Amino acid sequence: MKWLHKDLLDVSQLSKSEVMAIFETAGRFQELQERPVKKVPTLKGRSVILFFAEPSTRTKTSFDVAGKRLSADTFSLAKSSSSLTKGESLKDTALTLQAMAPDAIVIRHWCSGAARFLADRLDCAVINAGDGRHAHPTQAILDSFTLHQEWGDIAGKTILILGDIAHSRVARSNVVMLNKLGAKVRLCAPRTLMPPAVKSWPVQAYSDLNEAVKGVDAVMCLRLQLERQKDGLLPDLREYARTFGLGQKHIDLANPDVRIMHPGPMNRGVEISSDLADSAGSLVLDQVSSGVVTRMALLFLYMTRKGEE
Amino acid sequence: MAKIDLIVRRATLDGKEVDVFVSKGKIVEVKKSVKSLDADDAKVEEAFGLTLMPSMTDVHVHLREPGYEYKEDVESGLRAAAWGGFSNIMCMANTKPINDNASVTEMMLDKARTYWPKGPRLIPIGALTKGLSGKELAPMAELAESGCGAFSNDGVPVKSTKIFRRAIEYASDWNRVVIDHCEDPYMGVAAGVNEGEVSSRLGLPAQPDIAEALQVGRDVLLAEYLDLPIHLAHISCKKSVDLIRFAKERGVKISAETTPHYLTMTEDYLEAEGTEYDTNAKVNPPLRTEADRQSIIEALNDGTIDCLATDHAPHATFEKETEFDVAPCGITGLDTALSVTWQLVKDGVLDKDAFTRAWTTAPCGIFNLPVNTFAPGDPADFFLFDEGEEWTVSNETLYSKGKNTPLLGSTLKGRVKTHFIAGKKIV
Ligand SMILES: [Zn+2]
Repeated sequence: MKWLHKDLLDVSQLSKSEVMAIFETAGRFQELQERPVKKVPTLKGRSVILFFAEPSTRTKTSFDVAGKRLSADTFSLAKSSSSLTKGESLKDTALTLQAMAPDAIVIRHWCSGAARFLADRLDCAVINAGDGRHAHPTQAILDSFTLHQEWGDIAGKTILILGDIAHSRVARSNVVMLNKLGAKVRLCAPRTLMPPAVKSWPVQAYSDLNEAVKGVDAVMCLRLQLERQKDGLLPDLREYARTFGLGQKHIDLANPDVRIMHPGPMNRGVEISSDLADSAGSLVLDQVSSGVVTRMALLFLYMTRKGEE
Repeated sequence: MAKIDLIVRRATLDGKEVDVFVSKGKIVEVKKSVKSLDADDAKVEEAFGLTLMPSMTDVHVHLREPGYEYKEDVESGLRAAAWGGFSNIMCMANTKPINDNASVTEMMLDKARTYWPKGPRLIPIGALTKGLSGKELAPMAELAESGCGAFSNDGVPVKSTKIFRRAIEYASDWNRVVIDHCEDPYMGVAAGVNEGEVSSRLGLPAQPDIAEALQVGRDVLLAEYLDLPIHLAHISCKKSVDLIRFAKERGVKISAETTPHYLTMTEDYLEAEGTEYDTNAKVNPPLRTEADRQSIIEALNDGTIDCLATDHAPHATFEKETEFDVAPCGITGLDTALSVTWQLVKDGVLDKDAFTRAWTTAPCGIFNLPVNTFAPGDPADFFLFDEGEEWTVSNETLYSKGKNTPLLGSTLKGRVKTHFIAGKKIV
């Protein structure tokens, strides 16, 4: 298939059939994961810069492994080593990156819209690995790929996203993605962690977890930034864990075989009870391996785009 | 009859062709144009085909000098004003150093006299509190004496209602109106985007409309209690309009301004294809919703909002070419205000009378400035306007150093051709 997009800024850019094409490509790479030699020469000689202005070991490693399995050269530009700490503007960083002539840049940045800012200024593919509170398309893709692997079709399933929705790019991208794939989406959070205009979102919003979890097929927990207490959004972590931490009593209200997800890293005992994180219904480790293959698929599709023109 | 020293010939005023007779900086007479004219030794300005308009007054601009001359200085700001159709501009105190003492005020006025001796007139606005800190009153007597025409903490709203009340009382002793930048000091200060559907999708920290309206409500109550005037800066939302209307019905001495961008733009711009996260539209207060825009238009037409002002906030391009969170708030406005708002008149959105009131009589009335209504004895402050001339907003066509406007690249209609202040040609 001819890939039409230069950049991946959010999942809203993708059609359902394009999402399916990503899943299909990821599925093929999954077989590769099971081989003793997990490397193919597909992107040999091409370079990917991993530009992480905000620390994230998990996502960065996932992209790094994905790139290397396809034989691309990956280069890291972390916040500590980049000149950003010396006050260089994002525009100058963009110009520097452009001068290095990479084939793709994976960007993680603390400001919403930063990935678009780079995409508007660079010739290479820009893949958004999380921008501020705005979007985290590759997380949404790997999450729905994980569910797709479990269920086949996601359409008609009910999925609850639980936790700090207001500040979560994971939630934003997943709401768009799951709706695109025909799922019913519920959100659960205290009002202080719910987006102000949630009524305009294609979701059902709850503040009572016991209600929200009834009859759901999957629960996606979000990571709680522990400093939210200081922002005046929460009384304390104990109260949060008591009212919004996912435990076995909630799982008993959900559909049988309910799947449990978390983008990691988990605050065990805060967003999710430790037992549940390790339970049979937990897809947390499947998400990690889906992360590698979906990112391989994305690098492949976005980096071979020019060659097919 | 006074000796005529300037005659403007065959200009179009309210659809009629007129000749304007000026003597010693004042209007002597405006009458139906005649074929031949004995001009004696008066200067004659041929204005056939051009629209005659009274000069406008902008009560809210940021000139950035001293301290941030790379963004704008007095000279470039007055140039933008001259070509923008403004004879009076009032400049805010958030310079570096802050205009909270006579030496800063005098320095600004010196610069203005040096570069633009014939005008536009610069009227500095003094800080309401020392250093805009909101803690101690600024020396308003000294500031008023050196030329400050009003007082404001614009940019840094006074948190303490107690201090704000004392500032209003004290300012009234020097016959100066206080201008309040209405923004709750704890609710999304200078976020630059409206809290609502758009911000929730874009994932930007945002400011709700009630951050403004809460302060408007406070000011309405204070103005009524003290029986003293308060002028409300850059009103952006319906909730504020409702409160101002309520106040005026009760006879409270509240006046208000809004800006061209709240009349023409909404938060949707920040989410639209091609302008998503455009930092040139990051402004404080933020662009609001379509319902807010409609209510602002209605309020300007019915006089609930008294006047227009640009809140001209020039920034250097490199400061805006950055992440949305990092970019400073503000839109450059002196160059484009006239074209944008005159277009609203031509489109039937803004009443012609409201346009004239909002840019001339109302601001001059509130701040005690000379105003030209083309009556005999009025200051000969007017410009000749080519309504049909199209121009593209660009780095080259803007006279201000600030190129930070969402209008960059768009085509506007109407350009000032010649501008007279007190009968003297300034451009
Ligand atoms: Zn201002």
